[in-house]
Amino acid sequence: MNGIPNLHLWLLPILPLAGFLVNGLFGRRLPKALVTAVAILATAIPVIQVATIVARFGSLQLPYVEHVANWISAGSFHAGFTFQLDQLTLVMLCVITGVGFLIHVYSIGYMAHEDGYWRYFAYLNLFMFFMLTLVLANNFLMLFIGWEGVGLASYLLIGFYVLKTSAADAGKKAFIYNRIGDFGFLLAMFLMIQHFGSLSYSQVFPQIIAQPALQGGVLTAIGLLLLLGATGKSAQIPLYVWLPDAMEGPTPVSALIHAATMVTAGVYMVARAHVIFDRSAMALAFVAVIGTATAFFAATMAVAQNDIKRVLAYSTVSQLGYMFLGCGVAAYGAGVFHLVSHAFFKALLFLAAGAVIHSLSGEQDMRHMGGLRKKIPVTFWTMTAAVFAISGLPPLVGFASKDGVLYDAFIAPGGKILWFVGLAAAGLTSFYMFRLWYMTFFGEDRTGTSEILKEAKEHGHGHIHESPWVMLVPMAILAFLSIFGGALGWPSGLGGNEWITHFLDPVFNTASLSMNPHLIHDPAGAGSDSLQLILAIVSTLTALAGWFVAHLMYYARPELPAKLTQKFRAVHRTLYHKYWVDELYEGFIAAPLLFFSRFVLNFLVDRGMIDGAGFAAGGTAQGLGSLVARIQSGNIRSYAGWLALGATLVLVVTYFVFTGSFMLH
Amino acid sequence: MLNGSILSLITFLPLAGAVILALLPRRGRIIQWWALLVSLATFVATLHLPAHFVYGQSGFQFVINAPWITHPAIRYHLGVDGLSMWLVVLTGFLAPIGVLVSWKAIENRTKEFYFLFLIQQTAMLGVFVSLDLFLYYAFWELTLVPMAILIAMYGRNKGPQAAIKFFLYAFIPSALLLVAILWLYAKTGTFEFTHLQTAIAAGGLGPQALFWVALAFLVAFAVKVPVFPLHGWLADGLTQAPTAMSMVIAGKLGLYSLLRFNLGIFPVQSREFAPWMIALAVIGIIYGALVALVQRDMKRLVAYAILSQVSFVLLGIFCFSITGLDGAVYQIINEGVSGGALLVLLGILYERYGTFEISEYGGLSKRLPHMATLYIITTLSLIGLPILNGFVGEFLVLSGSFVGHHGWVVAATTGVILSASYMLWFIQRVFFGPPSTMVEEKPGIDVNFRELATLWPMILLMVVMGVASSYWIRGIEEGIRPLANAPVTQPMAQSHATSLPTQATLRKGRQ
Repeated sequence: MNGIPNLHLWLLPILPLAGFLVNGLFGRRLPKALVTAVAILATAIPVIQVATIVARFGSLQLPYVEHVANWISAGSFHAGFTFQLDQLTLVMLCVITGVGFLIHVYSIGYMAHEDGYWRYFAYLNLFMFFMLTLVLANNFLMLFIGWEGVGLASYLLIGFYVLKTSAADAGKKAFIYNRIGDFGFLLAMFLMIQHFGSLSYSQVFPQIIAQPALQGGVLTAIGLLLLLGATGKSAQIPLYVWLPDAMEGPTPVSALIHAATMVTAGVYMVARAHVIFDRSAMALAFVAVIGTATAFFAATMAVAQNDIKRVLAYSTVSQLGYMFLGCGVAAYGAGVFHLVSHAFFKALLFLAAGAVIHSLSGEQDMRHMGGLRKKIPVTFWTMTAAVFAISGLPPLVGFASKDGVLYDAFIAPGGKILWFVGLAAAGLTSFYMFRLWYMTFFGEDRTGTSEILKEAKEHGHGHIHESPWVMLVPMAILAFLSIFGGALGWPSGLGGNEWITHFLDPVFNTASLSMNPHLIHDPAGAGSDSLQLILAIVSTLTALAGWFVAHLMYYARPELPAKLTQKFRAVHRTLYHKYWVDELYEGFIAAPLLFFSRFVLNFLVDRGMIDGAGFAAGGTAQGLGSLVARIQSGNIRSYAGWLALGATLVLVVTYFVFTGSFMLH
Repeated sequence: MLNGSILSLITFLPLAGAVILALLPRRGRIIQWWALLVSLATFVATLHLPAHFVYGQSGFQFVINAPWITHPAIRYHLGVDGLSMWLVVLTGFLAPIGVLVSWKAIENRTKEFYFLFLIQQTAMLGVFVSLDLFLYYAFWELTLVPMAILIAMYGRNKGPQAAIKFFLYAFIPSALLLVAILWLYAKTGTFEFTHLQTAIAAGGLGPQALFWVALAFLVAFAVKVPVFPLHGWLADGLTQAPTAMSMVIAGKLGLYSLLRFNLGIFPVQSREFAPWMIALAVIGIIYGALVALVQRDMKRLVAYAILSQVSFVLLGIFCFSITGLDGAVYQIINEGVSGGALLVLLGILYERYGTFEISEYGGLSKRLPHMATLYIITTLSLIGLPILNGFVGEFLVLSGSFVGHHGWVVAATTGVILSASYMLWFIQRVFFGPPSTMVEEKPGIDVNFRELATLWPMILLMVVMGVASSYWIRGIEEGIRPLANAPVTQPMAQSHATSLPTQATLRKGRQ
């Protein structure tokens, strides 16, 4: 048989959907073991399927497209349930199914004692369904199914502890901020339909490539609107504020959704739509600048947080900024490599933080930790791998990927400033990560000051313990990937072959790129192996500097932070309050809008004018009141009379108008 | 042949049922069961239409056309096309749901209630199938009367006022409509829809006069939709009406009539009104959403949400593109299904706690998890989550209206942010957070079998209509195609022409 192979890509999302339906509909009544089995199978089988796809990937004609069914057909617009596989999708599939599966396993241990175990796994499977749909889509509308759907799953999981008002608030906030982004995404789609008559990748992109004259203009508009969507989903300036609050959800959720996969959807989307961005220098510049600015600002905010998960949340925002920076200098491969690398080490960071929190019966404040190194050694060592990776210390994966992004920024036209800010953010990253490391695992044991732990002890548990193996094994695997994953894309300047970027080349090196004179990669031949080596040394030194300062402040001289805080009060306050951005949005947008709606629209316009007009017309209403009393009498005759009255009125009017209109002749 | 008489059967089955119901004894739940039987039978009968509808055939189907009164020439002329077919089915679908949701809610004067309920069904079905304007008008008027009486009888506290308000709002513009219909008759000598279409297209009537006639039609329907700022009756009417009535009080009747008559008979005038209607639609979308955002009463919140939703439909109608009109009609059905489901849910919540005050609630999801799930799915449908029905309609309306109305559509699209805001706020206040004292004190009884039987069909429909929209849109598109502007050139060519100075256009410029 020589036909096109059928990969049955639709099975990938359908299996988790089935898991969701089984657990969602019957989970309450099923035994826990069965719930677990269903949820794990629904994510394990896709892992196997992806593995088989990897095995036969070389023999495939790419992009491989699989049309399953028609979805919307109206007028000349069509959108189908059509799946697509290419190198970019494959990379995403590996990350999503792989990390997703590990986190499902980890959750068995983490959620073991929680109420609503079945509900948790149902939502997690639902998330996998939407996330896989997102990356497998062959058109923007189907991508949008996944896009909104992961937002829904995120909403449900952030608000998982339904009785906590703060959790419900955070879920709602996440959804609404994402919707602001989706507003941009929708408008971008309308523009695409107007100009290309379709939302299918295989329609839109070839049309753009076929028109070399198409530069900027409408493509800039589409690009910027898509970027607005991406800033919502991927928590970039100005819409990043929902992500730190999203930490209200269970920690494995933070690892999977708010670190490894969902929040990278914006990066994926920009990379996917690179043909559009390639043709608009302005849209790309926005991507790069927003990414860099976010990387830096989020890093400064992470410095002053005391909640271990919030540090990681700001760190995620910051790292996502690097991915955007990579895409923004048209080094999409580097951006995607950092996405993969981040999925490893950030998922691990969250899982390890989860293990810390788990061992402390729910305490998240780092001021009540300290000295945990000996008590939970496995957690400590895996966390250490992740901390070294994110800080960009060679040879770990974070070094390779972050350095790739910074190097590409440096050699891009006008990219030196981006590189510099990115480097500064990297120094900060190293500082706040080692701060977290020291505050959690080193120094004196401050767990005695924890109210939460004290309370747990009163209930007979609360003794600090290492986590069960179902949690430790996924952490160990991720630690392995964080340490050795660098091999996937080790920089050529340092003797590597940048395998992952070359693998992705067929997707990104389309004709569209070379048509933009601003974007021809490395135009002046500015890049070279020696330059890459020098930059790598510079960033390594920066990372070491960050470590050194953290060591000084949080290990060697622990009295120093308090003194510095005293001295630079204003700075500390600003960082601690996250530049008051939440308050700014609340005070300048939400509050005035609500005030306007409440007093101007609802009270003045609706009650005053519109209702008022109604009453003016119905001043008669009061007069008719007595008549109405009869309606209420409950006497069947009065209804008949009421009906008759209506009918008579109709007839009388008819009669008059009839005769009247005939008289007009 | 059933095809020839099916529409009469559908339309008058509820009326016949009502007459028999009047003779039934008031014992046990006989009346409810009978009403349920009649409405189920009607629903099953309406399913005959999509089963036997012939696609790709223009004009009306299942037609009955017989003389009724010779002078003036009024005919008993019924028929459906792709536009009205699904609205007939929708009405049939909602009827048994209306009975089920009233099962316990209406405990006194049940005979009167179900009698009027069934008459209301006949009236609504009649509106959708009548092709003779006089007949149509009779049904249109008939929809008002049972509604007004039921609002007065079962209103929570201000029933009579709301009923009067509703009646005046509905009746005065209807009188205007009657005058317009009669004027048309006087000029053309016919009440028949298709004859009027040809007569007016022929151009025998003065544009000035036609403008006023079309305006009278427009105003009458706009009040019923309602269109901003004519929505003064909606919040009170919806708040006071019993659930079964509130599900059909707004939306489909007025919107269908706009499509059928304003666009159908007065295509030129409709295009003159369009800029104004688009503006009012966009204002309605945003205004409704913002006002919904600050309501304290659930039913009022839903009333303004409905105002916002129907304004989307209006936008789709008055942009005259095929996709926009497809989306508009789809959205009318969605509004019936999802808006209806939300009202059913409010009704069953009220049965348990006796209040619509949002601040009284809190933390219900722990006690009533099934109900919470149903609320959340319905909410997601209303705020347009993809793969549920609302998204398809909303997306088609907005994308279909986009060309030529960029500014308006950008403003309208903010509706997706606002709708998520007010609906999630509402869900959060009622279902999440710590339980309120009222929730703590009253026994929380989760949805029972009857309620599940009411809601699951609606939920299923939301999903099916979200993923298999073509099944419905196929017929709808045949119905709306005559109303739309002729499609512009191929999108590729258009993008060349409008936005890009391509080689061809540049060369042309130089010549």
